[in-house]
Amino acid sequence: MIRVELPQHLRTLAHVGREVTLDVEGPVTQRSVLDALEAQYPMLRGTIRDHDTLKRRAFLRFFACEQDLSHEAPDAPLPEAVASGKEVFLIIGAIAGG
Amino acid sequence: MSRVRVLVGTRKGAFILESDGKREKWDVSGPHFAGWELYHLKGSPADPNRIYASQTSGWFGQIIQRSDDGGKTWHQPGTPAGQAPEPGPPKAVSNKFVYDASGESGKPLTTHQWYDGTQHPWEFKRVWHLEPSLTDPNTVYAGVEDAAIFRSTDGGENWKELSGLRGHDTGPKWQPGAGGMCLHTIILDPSNPQRIVIAISAAGAFRSDDAGKSWKPINKGLYSKYIPNPTAEVGHCVHHIAMNPKRPGVLFMQKHWDVMRSDDAGDSWREISGNLPTDFGFVIDVHSHEPETIYVIPIKSDGEHFVPEGKLRVYRSRTGGNEWEALTKGLPQKDCYVNVLRDAMAVDTLDKCGIYFGTSGGQVYASADAGDSWNAIVRDLPAVLSIEVQTLA
Repeated sequence: MIRVELPQHLRTLAHVGREVTLDVEGPVTQRSVLDALEAQYPMLRGTIRDHDTLKRRAFLRFFACEQDLSHEAPDAPLPEAVASGKEVFLIIGAIAGG
Repeated sequence: MSRVRVLVGTRKGAFILESDGKREKWDVSGPHFAGWELYHLKGSPADPNRIYASQTSGWFGQIIQRSDDGGKTWHQPGTPAGQAPEPGPPKAVSNKFVYDASGESGKPLTTHQWYDGTQHPWEFKRVWHLEPSLTDPNTVYAGVEDAAIFRSTDGGENWKELSGLRGHDTGPKWQPGAGGMCLHTIILDPSNPQRIVIAISAAGAFRSDDAGKSWKPINKGLYSKYIPNPTAEVGHCVHHIAMNPKRPGVLFMQKHWDVMRSDDAGDSWREISGNLPTDFGFVIDVHSHEPETIYVIPIKSDGEHFVPEGKLRVYRSRTGGNEWEALTKGLPQKDCYVNVLRDAMAVDTLDKCGIYFGTSGGQVYASADAGDSWNAIVRDLPAVLSIEVQTLA
């Protein structure tokens, strides 16, 4: 079971609380986690990754285990603590705009 | 008794203001979609309970929202209101605006002019304007940045670009204005379903006479000294165009500078700035029942986006332009430095005609007597991006 924490505006869109849990088949990567998140909550498609390119939106960041994973390859394995559900995968709105 | 519903898009959410036909007491609901930019909301003329909204964010991108009950509840098209989504592939992608690269237009464009004169790829940023069909609640047009027009025929669930516009020969000469390269005006001709007029900053006005398949620039008569050839076919920074549905061949335009008029559906334009204190501005609109009565709000200059002399004045012409009178009763005439953006003025169809506009200071002003006097419906909203009005039976 993968745990994902969403920023407030995406919680509102998806009608969920701070944290959601996902079943991910196969390797646990940014791509497989986001695929599972968008499958479970289709209204989030396009809000975290671009519809077409599937690139992370510029002002969002992915944190876990006190690391910034935003620039890791989408298919790189996430930390074992995320894969096991011990640690949460954080989707953060970057501080911008003053 | 008739009612009026005012749809207000702001920098931090949407608000809905409702009153009876007297337009004296108002109920304010909102913020809807708190914290998001609501560039535009507009109701379907064919079903007033159907309202479309463009919800955007620099962080999270574009969302389309739809209400089927007059703004009480909202949902993303394809995701039923109040229902938890089912696992699996989405049934719809209501926020997917992908430029047509299929070659349908014969020559799909991939670049336009950038601020520095180089060519730049088209990149979707947001929906500026939603224009529901005059006859079908499920058909709606979207004007987007970077400039293009999309259409949905399934209530906003899926969008397809009308790529003939972007495929026009002049596309590489289009360039962004200070606010981005946005398609901000869409006018549907009630007398001719084949005819659509649009405007882009900074490309100019275009018209389709075949329901959006092909387009031609309609900028003859415009003069813009900030482009190398002031009378060029494209490159003009048109801020807004308005039409009275009873006389669709007559168009009024607020350009970056200059207020203009066309009596031939845009084939040619002539200046009608007349005695305005400044002819820079964003909004322009037409009285519902008097097609020669028009309204603008002059803004000091392109470098100073606020009203001149600290006075908020609506200017009205009852002669189709050139002769203008300042309307000030009820509006601040001292120390006022607000702006009024291009989609932030609208009219109702009651008798007397109501006029509404919203400011960068968060005020929404209304006149229930065609502009003779004004009152603030609300004073302290976030900065207003757009105003639309529904007159309800």
